[in-house]
Amino acid sequence: MTSHEPDSRPLLLGGPALGLRLILLALASAGLMVADHRQHALATVRNWMSAVVYPFQWAVQAPVQAWDSLVESFATRSRIEADNVKLASDNLVLRLRLMRFESLEQENQRLRAARESTARVVERTLIAEIVRVDLDPFRQRVLVNKGTRDGVFRGQAALDANGIFGQVTRAGPVSAEIILITDPEHAIPVQVNRTGARTIALGTGRSGLLTLPYLPQNSDVVAGDLLVSSGLGGVYPPGYPVGRVTNVARDPAQPLLAVEAEPLAALDRDPEVLLAWFDSTVVEPQPGAEPDAPAPAMPVGR
Amino acid sequence: MARTRSGLGFGRILVVTLAALLASVLPLPGWLELLRPDFVALTVLWFTLLSPRLTGLFYAWGAGLALDAFKGVLLGQHALALIVITYVASKLRLQVRAFPPLQQTAVILALLWLNEFIVFWIDGVAGHPVTDWRRWLSVPVGAACWPLLTGLFARVAARR
Repeated sequence: MTSHEPDSRPLLLGGPALGLRLILLALASAGLMVADHRQHALATVRNWMSAVVYPFQWAVQAPVQAWDSLVESFATRSRIEADNVKLASDNLVLRLRLMRFESLEQENQRLRAARESTARVVERTLIAEIVRVDLDPFRQRVLVNKGTRDGVFRGQAALDANGIFGQVTRAGPVSAEIILITDPEHAIPVQVNRTGARTIALGTGRSGLLTLPYLPQNSDVVAGDLLVSSGLGGVYPPGYPVGRVTNVARDPAQPLLAVEAEPLAALDRDPEVLLAWFDSTVVEPQPGAEPDAPAPAMPVGR
Repeated sequence: MARTRSGLGFGRILVVTLAALLASVLPLPGWLELLRPDFVALTVLWFTLLSPRLTGLFYAWGAGLALDAFKGVLLGQHALALIVITYVASKLRLQVRAFPPLQQTAVILALLWLNEFIVFWIDGVAGHPVTDWRRWLSVPVGAACWPLLTGLFARVAARR
């Protein structure tokens, strides 16, 4: 405790100088926060900072990742064999489904051509690994190891093998931050696959829970219904699975239903995600595009 | 001569601060993640109370900005919280240093709470409040870490 720093600065700090510095720095912080909150003002600074910070973020999770891969490499032979059998049978089923899919896709394209509407399907994907750092336990966000150098852009949709994962909120040169569909600040336009009813699914901050608060009492939705992205807003490609309805609470006193759903993507278990490029007719992928909470303002043409 | 020894102190501060920054994003299993103390706030408080000639408000501000960059939150959020608690800690420094450990920990508890409150408040102003009560868990955990950290840091500082 009794250190002897040879320094000529006065030991008794304080007085007006300290207060003044506090006020100046507080004003600087407030200025930064305001500039940052209006998104575009500090975009380049933030991207640059994310590039500086990324090596550290990567380094801190590297031992954890190395341990996981070590455990993986010592996985027992029987487990690998069982996995292999399962994958082979899965592959067979998927290939059978794909055979039908190709003819359906052609038919779909013909029908769409007849209606003069463009199909928006995912054209290209990029696998991005999730960097395992804890950004904030109360926000559903992850960091991935691909950035603008790989063509990642703000507002890009991210998927996994089971469904929609989230979208890119910040794209740095070598890393990007993805907001999950379960983040409380996230909303995704969805469609009940069985009936075609359109609504919005909001995140709750808990992984494994989405809410659909805007469905009227008389809407036809039951537990088990599949929710797919509707494609409104142009951030997500339409027709991809988002979640499955788990609970419908009908309270006649309320004007709207309280519907809960669970996301299909393995949000907290995925080691990697797919970043998707698709032909968007609503919003062109550009850094200035505002991806948050797209409003379904389009008329429903059926 | 004096300059070189000051320089050494600066290097040590940088290393400890970087370690605190890394510890605040280190991946932890679920429930442990909620109990993670604010390592950067603890480090800043420690340097402010026990090594005030080397650090100050500018140091606290820089550490806060670095934490914002690491966590990817609003730039300036932790910086503002840290300069406020550094200011209070500098004002109380001489009294706090004379306090017995338990009383010192109580002051740290109050300062960490103030830090978390400012972060919470800015979250609310920025339009994404996190009202989960578990966010406050890091405050008592951080205060409980204080006696341990002072021991650890004292050892680091003693190794010259």
